[in-house]
Amino acid sequence: MAGNDRLWLPSWRRRFTRRRLLKGGALAAGGLAAAAFVGCGGDDGSDNGGGTPALDSLNISNWPYYIDADTVANFQDETGIAVSYTQDINDNNEFFAKINEPLNRGQNIGRDIVVLTDWMAGKMIRLGYVEELDKANIPNWENLSESLKDVSFDPGRKYSLVWQSGFTGIGYNPELTGRELKSVNDIFDPEFAGHVTMLTEMRDTLGLVMLGMGVDPAEARLADAQAAVDKIQEYVDNGHIRAFTGNEYGDDLARGDVWAAIAWSGDMIQLQADDPNLQLLLPEEGFMLWSDNMMIPKGADHKEAAEKFMNYVYDPVNQALISAYVQYISPVQGTKDAIRDVDDTLADNPLIFPDEATLARAHVFKPLDEDEDREFNELFQALIGA
Amino acid sequence: MTIGRLRPLLPYILLAPGVAWLAVFFVVPMYTLARQSLNDGTLETGFRFAWEWANYSDVVDRYQEQFIRSFRYAATATVLAFIIGYPLAYAIAFRGGRMKSYLLFLVVLPFFTTYLIRTLAWQTILSDQGDVLTTLRDIGVMDITDSLGISQNGRVLATPTAVVMAITYNFLPFMVLPCYVSLERIDRRLIEAAHDLYGGPVRAFLRVVFPLSLPGVFAGSLLTFIPAVGDFINAEILGGPKTQMIGNVIQSRFLEVNDYPGAAALSFILMAAILVAVLVYARLLGTEELA
Repeated sequence: MAGNDRLWLPSWRRRFTRRRLLKGGALAAGGLAAAAFVGCGGDDGSDNGGGTPALDSLNISNWPYYIDADTVANFQDETGIAVSYTQDINDNNEFFAKINEPLNRGQNIGRDIVVLTDWMAGKMIRLGYVEELDKANIPNWENLSESLKDVSFDPGRKYSLVWQSGFTGIGYNPELTGRELKSVNDIFDPEFAGHVTMLTEMRDTLGLVMLGMGVDPAEARLADAQAAVDKIQEYVDNGHIRAFTGNEYGDDLARGDVWAAIAWSGDMIQLQADDPNLQLLLPEEGFMLWSDNMMIPKGADHKEAAEKFMNYVYDPVNQALISAYVQYISPVQGTKDAIRDVDDTLADNPLIFPDEATLARAHVFKPLDEDEDREFNELFQALIGA
Repeated sequence: MTIGRLRPLLPYILLAPGVAWLAVFFVVPMYTLARQSLNDGTLETGFRFAWEWANYSDVVDRYQEQFIRSFRYAATATVLAFIIGYPLAYAIAFRGGRMKSYLLFLVVLPFFTTYLIRTLAWQTILSDQGDVLTTLRDIGVMDITDSLGISQNGRVLATPTAVVMAITYNFLPFMVLPCYVSLERIDRRLIEAAHDLYGGPVRAFLRVVFPLSLPGVFAGSLLTFIPAVGDFINAEILGGPKTQMIGNVIQSRFLEVNDYPGAAALSFILMAAILVAVLVYARLLGTEELA
């Protein structure tokens, strides 16, 4: 990992921005959020006027710091398609609240590709808000990792393709815990009381705790969620769990206030760059795998151009540039070999290029229908005190 | 001639900008929020107006704990701000001398940094492994605070203490400034008169200075208490799952759960509760000019 410091920065910043800064923005009386909204407001529907399905332009909405500096320009040079790439997705729920109304009324939202996390992608598909992909235009989709080809919320990947993935495991500091952790349930060790945090992302926290209870999150029923919530509640009540956090656990781990935390792989890779002591445990019971997925919103003006772009980033050589920058798990097979030409050290990082055996132990949370989503959420929100 | 004809209308003309402002930025949002709070449905299916009063009873049932906690924290912080802020305002007003304006400047100085950053700074200051707590732990202070229930297992972060303390810190200037203004306005001859009538310093303070400064205390308490009840930044950054305030709930109902009717209902209940609390307080303090 040495000599690679410059490259670590963006993945952290991207994650920082995505999970936390906007939350901070909301905290700061909406200051930053307002700025973000003002900043991207002009894009909304700006491309609706012409209405001619054309190959000459393409509007992409993605999370901040989630692409390298060259890919968009390279794609434009190769295809002649003018790309407007906007980093205006900062939170699944907030973005959904923004596009729900127009999509519900059948209006074009002025975007040809949006990137949303699995469960939200599932919701979009369920509501019929996305176009079916024409795989004839995306021959490279075959490069998608086998384990991601058939996900429960989109069997056969008819509507979505993964942008990047990441693991949710347990980040910890062995010096403070005094021992190596192995199981999800190790975070409930009474020795760690007051020094454990969990994530405010329901699927990450409940999923991991369910795995510790022997429940597969892909099959989670309300009773399982209730059991997991009850278990966590017990540790909230006795003060074992210090906080439910977004990305802040990174600072807490670095400071030593938190000894063990439910953590995202990208964050931990960055934290390890500063403090090699920190570990990311992929628990023996399994761990969560999440992905952010590209989708074409219903009625998009440039569907074919969008598919061309998807095909472009699914070429391992092109994908390697993105992967070297964001350093999450690339969904594209062959990137590991291609990335050796960009940065040799990255190819051997098991958190960026996990082997098949590791991926087989990863779990994806069950896609919840609207009622389940509300019921699960009610339980979880009550748990985290909001 | 023209002005003469307009004269009867002049008050209305002068009122117009203010009224228009209030109509656009107060009445309209209030109306929207009130309507929203009685809606039925979800973000996915769309919200419909349905006189859904159950929204109110639901959120009261579910979030009583956070409501009570918010009022408790805000009241504690207001009292603390008074205990710290009033003597400070008194010292600046009566003993400040030439330094008065500099001292006042120091009181508002923290506002030069954003609220968020100031609060985040406390996270570092109060860190379990930080210098402050390590020192306090070494000299045994944390054992005492632990036994008093002010800290938990030698830590302050993620306890009610951290949240209340940060609220006090963040709102202290709002207590100091109004207190200072009413103390500064007091006619010094009244205090001399008290002394002439054989009132000692304590009695002069209790019978003359303090009663005359009550409008400032009243204003300062409201300026501290009202935003403190609805505050969520301090609890979010320095608190834990058991210190969540009603502001945190409203924030997450709006932005995370997308339960707009519930969040709107909570906002209205909070508003009503604050109004009642303020009226009771005004009645008790008997400051007719502000009530």
